[in-house]
Amino acid sequence: MISKLKYYLKTILLVELFQGLWLTGKYFFSKKVTLQFPEENTPTSPRFRGLLALRRYPNGEERCIACKLCEAVCPALAITIEAEPRKSDGQRRTTSYEIDLFKCIYCGFCEESCPVDSIVVTKNMHYHFEERGQQIMTKEKLLAIGDKYEAQIAADKTLDEPYR
Amino acid sequence: MIHDIFILIYTLIKVVLITLPLLLFVAYLTYLERKIIGYIQGRIGPNRVGIYGLAQPFADFFKLLTKELIIPTASNRYLFLIAPVLALVPALAAWAVIPFSEGLVLSNINAGLLYLFAISSLGVYGILIAGWASNSKYALLGAMRSAAQTISYEIAMGFAFVGVLMASGTLNLQDIVLHQQGGILHWFWIPLLPLFFVYWVSAVAETNRAPFDVAEGESEIVAGFHVEYSGMTFAIFFMAEYANMILVSAIAALLFLGGWLSPFENIPVLDAWFDWVPGFAWLLLKTSGFLFLLIWLRATFPRYRYDQIMRLGWKVLIPITILWIVVLGFSIESHLGPWFTEERMAITHDTFVG
Repeated sequence: MISKLKYYLKTILLVELFQGLWLTGKYFFSKKVTLQFPEENTPTSPRFRGLLALRRYPNGEERCIACKLCEAVCPALAITIEAEPRKSDGQRRTTSYEIDLFKCIYCGFCEESCPVDSIVVTKNMHYHFEERGQQIMTKEKLLAIGDKYEAQIAADKTLDEPYR
Repeated sequence: MIHDIFILIYTLIKVVLITLPLLLFVAYLTYLERKIIGYIQGRIGPNRVGIYGLAQPFADFFKLLTKELIIPTASNRYLFLIAPVLALVPALAAWAVIPFSEGLVLSNINAGLLYLFAISSLGVYGILIAGWASNSKYALLGAMRSAAQTISYEIAMGFAFVGVLMASGTLNLQDIVLHQQGGILHWFWIPLLPLFFVYWVSAVAETNRAPFDVAEGESEIVAGFHVEYSGMTFAIFFMAEYANMILVSAIAALLFLGGWLSPFENIPVLDAWFDWVPGFAWLLLKTSGFLFLLIWLRATFPRYRYDQIMRLGWKVLIPITILWIVVLGFSIESHLGPWFTEERMAITHDTFVG
């Protein structure tokens, strides 16, 4: 009887509705979480797996030694490598190193398999293609990306060093 | 003859002076709604067009204005195009009797409350005709829901108006406000508190706003009655909805919160301090408060199920109003102060106008 009366009183006085309004009213003054996207970005982990890049040694020599481990480990068969001894000094180098970004699943296995830390995944996630064919990243393009983001890549790899 | 034309032009100017600011208010109400709902949801709302996004309503307006007007082949072309107009015009026409301040009213008619009640009921025709003329199942479902809902809640709303009518003894909106003179405790919201709540719930339902927006019900029937509308026809439905929001808020302020009267009346110091504030500003402030509440309600409550809406309207709101009208009758007969004292009830229309 008492509980029924309580129930009716609660209903007729709109208690729960006012509680709801109070809660949303508090949120009106809460801190806003909006991120102004083009100007601001969400923080990313140093392990973020984005656009691929090929790195160089500090002296400018490319790291890749054409061992083809990345080509072998790639689950999506996105990497194609051709190699032969370099004309100038006979070192084993790639003549062509292509990654099809439409096939790539950004698993990062290539980076893990690389013995010389040459192929890496970068934090960069904002890129696009305007024509068919541009998704094939050639060696030149990958090296260019590596050159452009070297500082960032090196910093990320240093952060991750203790866990590798 | 010349005199008549002069009166006509003078009235037209007054109509424009009411309508244009109203439409501007409508435009910025859409902006405010997006901002307020954004804030409640932890976002900051539109802020890209102009400083603080203040030009957003105009960007939206020009976008809709330049969009293609699609008329479905299976629709009734004439009714399809006339429906948005039928929805908007009553929302604007109702402002003819709204007193903005003492004497500041387009048409000071004796049956103002009745006129408001009649006009606000007409708005549903626009929705009904839109739903029918679209020849689409979702539009028709939305229109039918809207019609049943509006008719159900009009009864409760009518009874709430009856309470105001009994308390003030007049249908003239100016006199209703003047009957509430004497400070915040003399306003009708205290003696008519249950009716105030009932009026507000029915007003939300009448304007088809959340949590009573089953006529739109985007999760169930896409967009309800205006699903086939695009471009400017859609914009007019949008404007009608927001103009109606402003209207019901203004009516709530007039009937229950003393309209343009200052809340500091008869309070020794504050009364003098706020003496310079024009009555119009108080009405605007009260209306804005109700508009904020409308948006707040939308941000808080989930949509009612259709049968729950009907149950609330018929089995809860109408009995409450009838009960309170009886209580009100007794308290008026016994001249309960400070609202229904003998000299207060003796004030007639003539004393105010004359």
